Amino acid sequence: MLFPPETNCAPQRVVVTGAGIVTALGLGWRANADGFRVGRAAFRPVTLFDVSRQRVKTAGEVPLPTTLPPTHLSPRTLRRLNRASRLLLWAAAEAWHQAGWTPDGPVAQVLGTTNCGAESGANYYRSALVSPPVHRGQPTRAFGHQAQHQALVVAEAFGFEGPVTIVSNACASGSNAIGHAWELVRSGRAEWVLAGGYDALSQIAFAGFDSLQVVSLTTCRPFDQQRDGLALGEGAALLALEPLDRARRRGAEILGEIIGYGSVTDCHHLTQPHPDGTAALESMRLACACVNVGPESVGYVNAHGTGTPLNDAAEARAINQWAGARATSLPVSSTKGSVGHLLGAAGAVEAVIGLMVLREQWLPPEPCVETLDPVCAFPLVRQPQDANVEVVLSNSFGFGGANASLLMRRWS
Amino acid sequence: MVVTPIFVRGCGAVSPAGWGVEPLLNALRAGETLPVQSPASPAGDRSWRVRTVPTPASRPAALAHPRLRRASAISQFAVAAAAEALQHGGFASTQGLRLGVVTGTHTACIRYSERFFGEVLRDPATASPLLFPETVVNAPASHLAAFLGGTGVSYSLIGDQTAFVQALLVATGWLLEHRVDACLVVSAEEAAWVVADAQQRFGRGIVGSEGAGAIVLAREAGNRPGVRLERITDAHLYAGRLTRNAAAHAMRHDFPRSLPNELLVDARCGVARVDRAETAAWQDWSGPRLSPRVVLGEGLSAATAWQGIAACAALADGHADAANVSVVGANLQAIGMRFVKA
Repeated sequence: MLFPPETNCAPQRVVVTGAGIVTALGLGWRANADGFRVGRAAFRPVTLFDVSRQRVKTAGEVPLPTTLPPTHLSPRTLRRLNRASRLLLWAAAEAWHQAGWTPDGPVAQVLGTTNCGAESGANYYRSALVSPPVHRGQPTRAFGHQAQHQALVVAEAFGFEGPVTIVSNACASGSNAIGHAWELVRSGRAEWVLAGGYDALSQIAFAGFDSLQVVSLTTCRPFDQQRDGLALGEGAALLALEPLDRARRRGAEILGEIIGYGSVTDCHHLTQPHPDGTAALESMRLACACVNVGPESVGYVNAHGTGTPLNDAAEARAINQWAGARATSLPVSSTKGSVGHLLGAAGAVEAVIGLMVLREQWLPPEPCVETLDPVCAFPLVRQPQDANVEVVLSNSFGFGGANASLLMRRWS
Repeated sequence: MVVTPIFVRGCGAVSPAGWGVEPLLNALRAGETLPVQSPASPAGDRSWRVRTVPTPASRPAALAHPRLRRASAISQFAVAAAAEALQHGGFASTQGLRLGVVTGTHTACIRYSERFFGEVLRDPATASPLLFPETVVNAPASHLAAFLGGTGVSYSLIGDQTAFVQALLVATGWLLEHRVDACLVVSAEEAAWVVADAQQRFGRGIVGSEGAGAIVLAREAGNRPGVRLERITDAHLYAGRLTRNAAAHAMRHDFPRSLPNELLVDARCGVARVDRAETAAWQDWSGPRLSPRVVLGEGLSAATAWQGIAACAALADGHADAANVSVVGANLQAIGMRFVKA
């Protein structure tokens, strides 16, 4: 029974014992860590759909291999997988194997996405317009478009039977999914949760952001005074979350601890943040209030930092205010200059980057930034550097005023 | 273990029966199926059968908010249902109230998505920037937050018909952890030819529908005769060895043995092939039964909210002591919820 919960325990500490990541930098932790550590940009011409009539023709498209990791999926299911499912499977396989779980109970999934399986939806729509109507393959396309299909693919692939929650809070979806999973484990309502986000490049989102003229015509360079927009990307990232006690008992390798989560809504505008970043500020404060951690304890902030003039200015003001005197020495950067804005996957990918920072003790730079926007009171990380970081804060903000912040601590 | 009770404080609805809970309940009492229309489409001369929300005699006051001027129907349905639920629950003002919002949907902002993608296919260089933001799944939740003027936590969930139950579950978690004082749970859907077309792929004869349903949950009972959310069953996923039939049976067995004065509100839509799993799971049920989708149409997650509202109304009116709500979703899971008199 999901409600009322069968346990009523004191809040548990929640650790990450597995992480999977797929971005335009490559598949897996190592390829991504090596890329993010030096601020490598991984943009290439879009090949997935026609961009000849778009203002921008490049994105962080993932060079996906034709093969897939070994799973329980049938050859028939494998043949029908869309790109979103394939991205998610790669991330899930890495997180699952790294965690080394042999669950004695249901594994829950909490996923974040904005586009779901948009590739299938687009194909469905095109076929539905044809006269006489096409019937063959349409049920598969209709189902493939739906996010629950991707969740069921993961469940089938690894034998999960636990509940599925799919959060679609625009570009904060991945962070909200991890935050919600953290709350489930912390409160004892779930023991094993695979949480994160995914989004494949889709024509509708690509054209949508292009129509809003928020995509950079030059180089995506968050917090640069001359920034002119975001770059789009695709990817997936998943974390395996479990209670600390259980992870210790089974001798699992712990990648980091999630210690705080804040989520609030910005009512200012459907697509624009409040210029002062009031909701962003509240989101960071709420995450820190979970464990009474102040900005002086935070060693790095992975900013949402899309590269749009409005987002970065609002977020910078929020970070300045939240950090106070600490702002002048607080390292901040955005990793969207490397792989683009991954929409529903962004928060999850950036959570994994946060774990990389905590595990390997370096800061991801933004080498493309030439002139720092004077609104930033903080030192933007612009060159690769080693660091001594105990706590990372990761911000994700989205359309509709969705704001989420995650706080992670080094495990040693 | 001490379990904090969770009460249903208010309900709101928009459905093909009209704007409000009362027309919805009247339609269910009458039991006569509502008229159908065919949504406009660019797909030649094909037609579908859909029950749409009637134009209101006068525009609901809640829809005067400037954010709703350009908003799609789904956002308008969601805000109208939410406003009614809050008013019904005695939350005339949400000022100072820590109010959470969870929305659950299956097809989300499909009308603007379909329009925008149609423009993209014609020429992406001229696709409208006004439409795109309204295609985002959490646009209704965003408009709702603006209407309420709050900055509290808000999730937009997606799933099949069970998304409303999933949203209720998230809300109970927030309430149990005292993260919010009250939580508004809303499911909304809008009719579109592309949804109606897809529904026929899964069950020929399904009549689509649209609208919204909202329930306000709180830890404190209100002044009116109360209804309590007693349980949400396990989620039985259609994965691995569990077929839709087996999942429906497993869900049914998560309900306690029925008492003499209990109601079943099921998710059957009147198409035998689609209803088979749920019909079989509840074949031993001999008590009174409501099937809102048969009257109102397959309104997806919104219709699940209507199930919940019908259940709560039956309890509040003294027609039953407990109400079991069974939801056998199209392609994710079977899950149920049970309400009792407080």
